[in-house]
Amino acid sequence: MLNQGITEIAAALAKGEYSSVEITQAYLNQISRHNPDINAYVTVTGELALSQAKAADAARAKGNAGVFTGVPYAHKDIFCTTGVKTACGSRMLDTFIAPYDASVSASLNAAGGVMLGKTNMDEFAMGSSNETSWYGPVKNPWNRALVPGGSSGGSAAAVAGHLAPAATATDTGGSIRQPASFCGLTGIKPTYGRVSRWGMIAFASSLDQAGVLTHSAEDAAIMMQLISGFDPKDSTSVDLPVPDYRAALAQPLKGLRIGLPTQHFAEGLNAEVEVQIRNALKEFEKLGATLKDISLDNSHLSVAAYYVIAPAEASANLSRYDGVRFGHRCDKPVDLEDLYKRSRAEGFGTEVKRRIMVGTYALSAGYYDAYYIKAQKVRRLIKDDFARAFNEVDVIMGPTSPHTAFPLGAKTKDPVKMYLEDIYTIAVNLAGLPGMSIPAGLVDGLPVGLQIVGRDFDEARLLNVAHQFQQATDWHKRTPGA
Amino acid sequence: MAIDMKDVENIAHLARLQLSAAEKQEALNSITNILNVIDGMQALDTSGVEPLAHANDAASQRLREDVVSEPDQRSELMALAPSSDKGLFLVPKVLE
Repeated sequence: MLNQGITEIAAALAKGEYSSVEITQAYLNQISRHNPDINAYVTVTGELALSQAKAADAARAKGNAGVFTGVPYAHKDIFCTTGVKTACGSRMLDTFIAPYDASVSASLNAAGGVMLGKTNMDEFAMGSSNETSWYGPVKNPWNRALVPGGSSGGSAAAVAGHLAPAATATDTGGSIRQPASFCGLTGIKPTYGRVSRWGMIAFASSLDQAGVLTHSAEDAAIMMQLISGFDPKDSTSVDLPVPDYRAALAQPLKGLRIGLPTQHFAEGLNAEVEVQIRNALKEFEKLGATLKDISLDNSHLSVAAYYVIAPAEASANLSRYDGVRFGHRCDKPVDLEDLYKRSRAEGFGTEVKRRIMVGTYALSAGYYDAYYIKAQKVRRLIKDDFARAFNEVDVIMGPTSPHTAFPLGAKTKDPVKMYLEDIYTIAVNLAGLPGMSIPAGLVDGLPVGLQIVGRDFDEARLLNVAHQFQQATDWHKRTPGA
Repeated sequence: MAIDMKDVENIAHLARLQLSAAEKQEALNSITNILNVIDGMQALDTSGVEPLAHANDAASQRLREDVVSEPDQRSELMALAPSSDKGLFLVPKVLE
């Protein structure tokens, strides 16, 4: 029963094949067996999970069960959870226990979900391999010498390793899609504004967006339905109706126009990965879709613009960690400046400090126009490229990552190499568009992810396109060692 | 644009980060490499392009009614402070 996704578990719970307490206990057993090595969870909330499972079973007995009632999930440690530590992968927040729930946490609680624990992540979501975490790296369940991707590496490893049937995640530059690609999962980053950011610890506020990592598009549709929608607590939340995602899955793909950015099939893409992506595209043609080459003229500058905008926003967001109100504080500060400087130096890891400094520099007097304003202009051109493409096509597809999962430690010494990990995903965040990654093949036994990008608020279409592919193929059912 | 050790020290001060000599050197090297990537933007002519601060720049910030909407969590929030007394955050002496 641990090979199941949300859809299967929800059906089994509804039929009474097992109880929520039973499935929850089975996952907790699996976690205690494998988590010490995989390191997907930083906090396991066994007691809380069993009490939520009991409550879910009781609700079901009274006829008050929804689709998610009693379904276990893993929760990225970036979402605040009342009474349970939320450390965001950082020593800075190693003792932080939020007095409130993030809106995403509250939605999943209200739906009767069972939180198994909080998942490991790159510190403050800054990383593409889950190696910047204060709690140590996460291993990829497909091959434990490899990274799971990042920053949602713990969530991805938990789902791929069957330590949870599904997980929450966040994506600022690729942090849902790249781990989905490396771990053989379905991952969706919705449109900016679709899911509330309230109570989600901020990295780069104009780019951060919450989503999910699951075994299928149908599972993703179920979870997305629960966490999407207007939230007055998030000033950038968008007040638009949320379609019925599950109902949209069945729509045939006949006539679907798929755009292929020539820039995403160019130098740098691993040849075997490209073969798998091209095969997946042929599958879409069989389903009635048409392919068309498109150009995202400024996509080669997306990493450059992102590494101004994201660090600039991060440097402002992370100024709140001052050793005074919450978070890490150094011992015996001699004066206020010493308190700030040593608390922050001790509380933040190398990558976080690096990005704070890049952002501080980009925003500092004399450089603001050359870096920050310039990056915002490039951002507009990148957004315009997508808008032009969507005049001709319905979705855009290509590889999520230029390659499969790489070895632990392979890129930690060279930040630029790590930044280039997100070369196909970053532009989507700059434009605010929804993006997915779905399993689309294997190279040397490792998963390859296909990225699907849609128009603003077209999540239903993305999930539909992914689901139809998953009805025709079984890449999403492949699991480590199988 | 090239940066030097003085820039690194200035940035670290602005960001209130204490760095060791080795960390400063590492920061100088890595930030130099990052700026090389970022400087790729400079070749693109962006004159006349309106900066985009936010993906949903058409949306304006909502204003809510001016009423109390937050619960009183003062004691819970103060409990998170590393050092506090009588509802006040404690810091090293600022004024002599």
